[in-house]
Amino acid sequence: MLMRVIFPAIVLLAALNPLVFPQWDAFLTIVFAKALPVIGIILLLQAGQVSFGHAMFFAIGAYTAGFVGRWMGGGGELFLLLLAALAASVVAGLFVGIFVVRYRYIFFAMLNLAFSMVLFSLLEKFIHITGGSDGLRISRPTLLGQEMSRANYEFGIYYVSLALLALAIFGAWRLMDSPVGHAMKAIKSNETRVEYLGISPRRTLLVVYVASAALAGVGGALVGVFQGIATPDYAYWTRSGEFVFVAILGGAGQVLGALAGSFSFEFIRVTAAAYLGDTWQLTLGLMLLGIILFAPAGIVGSLVNVGNRWRGRRTREKPSPLGEAKEAVR
Amino acid sequence: MKGKLVLSSLAAAFALAVAQPAMAQDAPENIKIGITTFTSGAASVFGVPAQAAAQMIAEDINAAGGIQGAQVQLFFVDEGAGAEALTTEVRRLVQDEDVDVMMASISSGNCINLTPLMEDLEVLNILWDCGTQRIFEEEESTYNFRTQANATPEMMAALLYLLKTKPDFETIAVVNQDYAWGRDSWELFSAALKKLKPEVEIVAELFPRLGAPDFSAEISRLLATQPDVILSTSWGGDLDTFVQQANQRGLFNNSTFVLPLAESSIQRLGGVLPDGVIVGARGDHYFLHPETKDDEDMKAFVDKFREKTGAYPIYSVFHMAQAFAALQAAYDKAAEANGGDFPDRAQVIAAMEGLEFKGYGRPLTIREDNQALEAQLMGVSRTVEGYDFPIIDDMMIFDAEGIMAPPGENSLEWIGTLDASFIETEASEYKHEE
Amino acid sequence: MSLQILVLAALDGIAYGALVFLVAVGMTLVFGVMRILNVAHGSFYALGAYAAASLGIAMAGMGLSPWLAFPMFIVAAAVVGITVGGLMERFLLQRIYGYEETLQLLVTFAVFMMLENVQRLVWGVQPYFYSDPLRQLGNVNVAGITYTAYQTLFLPLVALAVLFGLRFFLRYTLAGSVIVAVTEDREAATAIGINARRVFFLTFVIGVTLASLGGALASPTTSVLPGMGAEMIVLSFAVAATAGLGQIEGAAIAALLIGLGRSMAVFFAPEFEVVMPYLIMVLVLLIRPEGLFGKTTARKI
Repeated sequence: MLMRVIFPAIVLLAALNPLVFPQWDAFLTIVFAKALPVIGIILLLQAGQVSFGHAMFFAIGAYTAGFVGRWMGGGGELFLLLLAALAASVVAGLFVGIFVVRYRYIFFAMLNLAFSMVLFSLLEKFIHITGGSDGLRISRPTLLGQEMSRANYEFGIYYVSLALLALAIFGAWRLMDSPVGHAMKAIKSNETRVEYLGISPRRTLLVVYVASAALAGVGGALVGVFQGIATPDYAYWTRSGEFVFVAILGGAGQVLGALAGSFSFEFIRVTAAAYLGDTWQLTLGLMLLGIILFAPAGIVGSLVNVGNRWRGRRTREKPSPLGEAKEAVR
Repeated sequence: MKGKLVLSSLAAAFALAVAQPAMAQDAPENIKIGITTFTSGAASVFGVPAQAAAQMIAEDINAAGGIQGAQVQLFFVDEGAGAEALTTEVRRLVQDEDVDVMMASISSGNCINLTPLMEDLEVLNILWDCGTQRIFEEEESTYNFRTQANATPEMMAALLYLLKTKPDFETIAVVNQDYAWGRDSWELFSAALKKLKPEVEIVAELFPRLGAPDFSAEISRLLATQPDVILSTSWGGDLDTFVQQANQRGLFNNSTFVLPLAESSIQRLGGVLPDGVIVGARGDHYFLHPETKDDEDMKAFVDKFREKTGAYPIYSVFHMAQAFAALQAAYDKAAEANGGDFPDRAQVIAAMEGLEFKGYGRPLTIREDNQALEAQLMGVSRTVEGYDFPIIDDMMIFDAEGIMAPPGENSLEWIGTLDASFIETEASEYKHEE
Repeated sequence: MSLQILVLAALDGIAYGALVFLVAVGMTLVFGVMRILNVAHGSFYALGAYAAASLGIAMAGMGLSPWLAFPMFIVAAAVVGITVGGLMERFLLQRIYGYEETLQLLVTFAVFMMLENVQRLVWGVQPYFYSDPLRQLGNVNVAGITYTAYQTLFLPLVALAVLFGLRFFLRYTLAGSVIVAVTEDREAATAIGINARRVFFLTFVIGVTLASLGGALASPTTSVLPGMGAEMIVLSFAVAATAGLGQIEGAAIAALLIGLGRSMAVFFAPEFEVVMPYLIMVLVLLIRPEGLFGKTTARKI
């Protein structure tokens, strides 16, 4: 139901949106692009692992787009930039992944954090290559070889992001239901048992890790080419925290949660910044607390629960994708 | 289906919140001004006073009947919320709120980020505080104008003051914040130093990170190497911490300090900043500006700002005042060219070219490359009666033309053409008057 | 010359490491006992610094002796620890002890975001500076270089006192033994009548107090400004993880290592100063994922 009816409906609505509310395009493009890394986080959460460092791949994607664009002259070609970002983040994901998939839980989170902070420091340090904290300018690339005005270019990017997001949501949904996806869930509930089945938890985790890195990389590249800049902030730990935040907000049990979370997060951030003055962090923090304490299934999960109850179904979404409450001290 | 319903009703709510009909062009009630400034993060030491100044100036303008009869209405955007939040919000202001003019921004990074956006959105943007010299040197601009100097004259003034007042130093060290401003300012300063006084040895180049809480190791190293001159273009809390720690450990005893941004820290530092430190203010910005301190409007401005914030205005406040002065002058000039009628936006932009205006320092002119010519004030710290912080004494004011790259020329290339005669660049000298 | 530089770098590294240890040890203690990685830990560091700086400035305004600043630091830290830390434990953490680590981490992340904002709302954005205690202790001269006694002697001494105080507390006092018991085996401890909730409360308040004590002690040496907490969190993470989470003595050595690494970098390779703590952390974790002193199973404090 969720993926077969609502998901296509949302994509269709989003595709028609520029005809109705064109002033929304920029906002939604960011929402779509930033939902991509969140999908990656949701995938990792299936195995109970949370990365506090995925901003590193987001930054790698954005900076790769910037460097390749510069190297190609002008701004380069959008699809080549995205491909390059994909390739770079896959390579980086593989490299970092080989190390981090050996660890679990807090150690997994922290090692990711450490890697991303190293990248953050390097981006700030190598100012003559990266532009330091001012960031790297990304000139407007061509779209399928066409030079474009900003309006047309943004129109184009809107649909590119939407298409990539739809593709990613669909792919992640299929992945979660594939043997790899089931192995992921099994890793969370009992890793030893997975090994007895002859499945390598590390390899499974690595596959998903690289996929999540790729999603973050493409998301970063999209934000970069849309904003026209990549800054070291893209790799800072608070951004990694935001990705996890958005995943929980939207509901980490469903891939669609990435979109719902990303939308709500950006919406609150923009409106709070515009109308509540200097309290957007407070608003977001309260919201996160509220979700975790009172609706741990997230926006989508809670809606599914409500929908199920409404239709009298007995099946209930688990309170959290992370499993039932566990003992505090293992 | 609930998901979709909620999404679309949220969508409708948001659309209602942001979409407002555009004002008719010929009968404006308001001139809408979007201002980006830091209200969070370390750079809010500049952003918050400047925001207070903008509100104060807007009140004054409106009380006096507005600009060409139109009341000004301000919209603030926090630069500290990050690059995306900033561009998203700036877009919203331009596209939905339909602001007439943007004033962006403090951070050079944000200026570099926003100027091409402003070109594409075709809205007048006043770069009101950022200092990077690269912007107009690397790309031509139609809609972006800067109403203050850039890094090149700021650094040249500091260097000239040093060479004129302490010509005999042999070694120099630098402690700058590790980001574009810290790196660029040192690049400009050291390039010129090599041309003007090639025998000087650079004994340490230290770039602690932006926001570093501790400079102990840096100070130990400087104490061990004892350079004649220590340059730091740091600002805000970083500069405060550095000066405090350096003072406590006697680093000021043997080295001459050059702190080109210290004017903005001097009130907080108070007695911690010793006498005899070379300080600057990114332009001729000083509440005791020797040429304008007795002007009625200057006195009124300083008093009113003190009343509102409890502090004397610092350079970012003066930069904000200059941006408004330029805007007002541009509207007046455009209205005059329009036969006294309220000008449209294109006419205002046209009026920005070659605009002459005055803030609370020497008069300014916008050059053909959209860059303002702004004089530079340098001096040394001095403790006097009547202030609980050092004032600036032995001032020199340099006119802009002599110390900045001509339009279209790259600053570093221009510095490459300098020779020893540059040290003779003229300056007006002033003493502090009780 | 190079020997002199080594001595100088060592002194700076020790002073810096001492401060970082004071903050990191609270984080590692809380994790050791409660298995919660407190992202808001850095915010308590900032709150402690703000509280100490504003109290200090107020005291200076009243004309009180700067010597009073030293007891004031402890009071300020305890006040932050008991009020903010106590409230957070009582009304927030107690609800989530049953949750998954990730969610606990996110709860503290939410608190971090809120406290960052609250700091700005309460104290504004202008830097605070309160250095009277630093000047009160004067300078010392080592190898011809002037150091502040506050940083080179006082801070390391406080760090040592905290280290040995904690050791003594955990090993030789009843409350400490109870904490250790809960850490080792919560069920068994509860079975013999120990109130685990009260232990958690006590531990968290101690952890937060240590963080804000670190902040209070840092305030005379640095500008107190928005964002100072966010950096400290990562640094504390680095120390705690390098040492092995929950390792108190290990945290002291890791803090020293990171402090020395950083100050050596300033002298010999300034460009690596910023990356140093993270590099050390990554390298250690790659070789020993449980940290230098961590044990793979049954972690102790």
